[in-house]
Amino acid sequence: MTALLSIQNLTHCFGGLKAVSEFSYEVPEGVIYGLIGPNGSGKTTCFNLITGIYTPTAGKILFNGEEINGLKPFRIVHKGIARTFQNLRIFNNLTVIDNIRVARHFTMKSGIFQTFLRLPSFREEEAKVREEALGLISLMNLSHRATELAKNLPYGELRRLEIARALATKPKLILLDEPAAGMNPKETEDLMKLILRVRDEFKVTIFLIEHHMKFVTGICERVKVIDFGTTIAEGRPEDVVKEPKVLEAYLGRKAVVC
Amino acid sequence: MGTLKKMKLVLAALTFYAVVQVLNLAGILNGYFMVIINRSLIAVIFAVSLNLINGITGQFSLGHMGFAAVGAYVSGTLTTLFFHLNLNHPFDNLGFLAAILLGGLMASLAGFLIGFPSLRLKGDYLAIVTLGFGEIIRTILNNISYVGGPRGLLGIPKFSNFTVIFLFALATIVLIRNLVQSSIGRSMLSIRENELASELVGVDTTRYKVLGFVVGAFFAGIGGGLLAHLLQIAHPTQYGFYASALILIMVYVGGIGSLTGSIIAAFSLTFLTEGLRVGIDWLRDTVGVPIGTEWTMVIYAVLLILIMLFKTEGLMGMREAKILIIKEKEG
Repeated sequence: MTALLSIQNLTHCFGGLKAVSEFSYEVPEGVIYGLIGPNGSGKTTCFNLITGIYTPTAGKILFNGEEINGLKPFRIVHKGIARTFQNLRIFNNLTVIDNIRVARHFTMKSGIFQTFLRLPSFREEEAKVREEALGLISLMNLSHRATELAKNLPYGELRRLEIARALATKPKLILLDEPAAGMNPKETEDLMKLILRVRDEFKVTIFLIEHHMKFVTGICERVKVIDFGTTIAEGRPEDVVKEPKVLEAYLGRKAVVC
Repeated sequence: MGTLKKMKLVLAALTFYAVVQVLNLAGILNGYFMVIINRSLIAVIFAVSLNLINGITGQFSLGHMGFAAVGAYVSGTLTTLFFHLNLNHPFDNLGFLAAILLGGLMASLAGFLIGFPSLRLKGDYLAIVTLGFGEIIRTILNNISYVGGPRGLLGIPKFSNFTVIFLFALATIVLIRNLVQSSIGRSMLSIRENELASELVGVDTTRYKVLGFVVGAFFAGIGGGLLAHLLQIAHPTQYGFYASALILIMVYVGGIGSLTGSIIAAFSLTFLTEGLRVGIDWLRDTVGVPIGTEWTMVIYAVLLILIMLFKTEGLMGMREAKILIIKEKEG
């Protein structure tokens, strides 16, 4: 069985700084895998490499056996990788439903003339996408907000909206960059349930970055720990957090000695 | 009833048309006012099309009238120099329409040529390129003696009348509204909102930025053609930075991203320009204050500063009037 996402010896330099070094990871289909590490350890850079925001200095990224490094970000989305952002990137002045509909656009066929003239084929397609978007909205418990401008939503709902928007691209793999950031314990727990539900209902593979250890141990099947761009540990989350190197990276050397 | 409700925009427009025509025939609106109304409608075409580029797609064009110049000179050359079209010839009206559309197409080609290489640039840099484009067009026109050079292209037949301009303005509003309130339009809006996020939900951002320029330039070219056939002259200075800045001010005063705002601002500012011109003439000739019409731009600048200070979003913000919103089925 080949992995859905296979990252091989990925290296990325910003000038003289090696942000990611010799990073390799195999993410099989249907799993929830995690990537953890202290601040500035290169986690988000990894995501930016996978989604095509940066082009890697060296190494390969295979998705479904196909090499995707060097492709433009939107092409990678078309292949089936969606993501959310650590600091939300919502279309603030669009309504909730429009935020989601944008993500369906690349699958739509209506050209500029059908649009100008609002031909029947155009209207049919718009109606269909509207239905799909409303479905996603209700799944995320955002129905009461459908026609509200996104900027008026509270933080927790924006997080859910961003996940819904990522799902609207119908991805096979979804990358979540610190989905629980800024959430209280109750919200974090709800989010864990939501992510599990998303995995099962949409048959989507999940690869996430998170700091929140309870969250990671509660949801991830495997994690990889990186520090200064280098892998320092890998395995089941409950084992990984006990490794001295990991403790050291997070807490400093002294903690290990004690 | 359902269709009647959908036609609200067209009904409102026809009412406007009928009222103006009746007032004109009754002699209440004289020729002078009709010229201002016609110019307002052309300004609507310019402002709404620039709003598609600056307000909806979130790019920054400072050379919108450069596209208008392309439309004006292409259509003017065709009707005046190539085919010598004549107002009294019934079929020549069709020739005029074809020339206007061709002018629009050539302008959109210019939009593509300027947009494609330069849309990698952002913000100020893009503004400078578009500013340069407008000035290049003006300079080129100044130096082609075939189209009159600095004298301008003279003797253009007066094919543009209230009816023609009204229909083109209405078509511009309806078509751009249809575009904005569609999947393509939402993709353009998403670029304005957050370009990176837009790219990462699968929008080919470069393509839609270029599309914004191409469509915006097309309608600007149409407006330019209509203007040339209204004033019976196409002159390089009509399409310089001053003119582009005026349209830009309309878009910002009306509200960036609001077509309604652009329409309102195009009318109010065209009338204001005329009013100021009359007022300044009066001050100079009757009162004896030594000022000239160039002071209108000073007043516009003050107006823009006031808007930025007290109503940052412009008159309409990002809102649209109800009749411009396409209603979607509930459920």
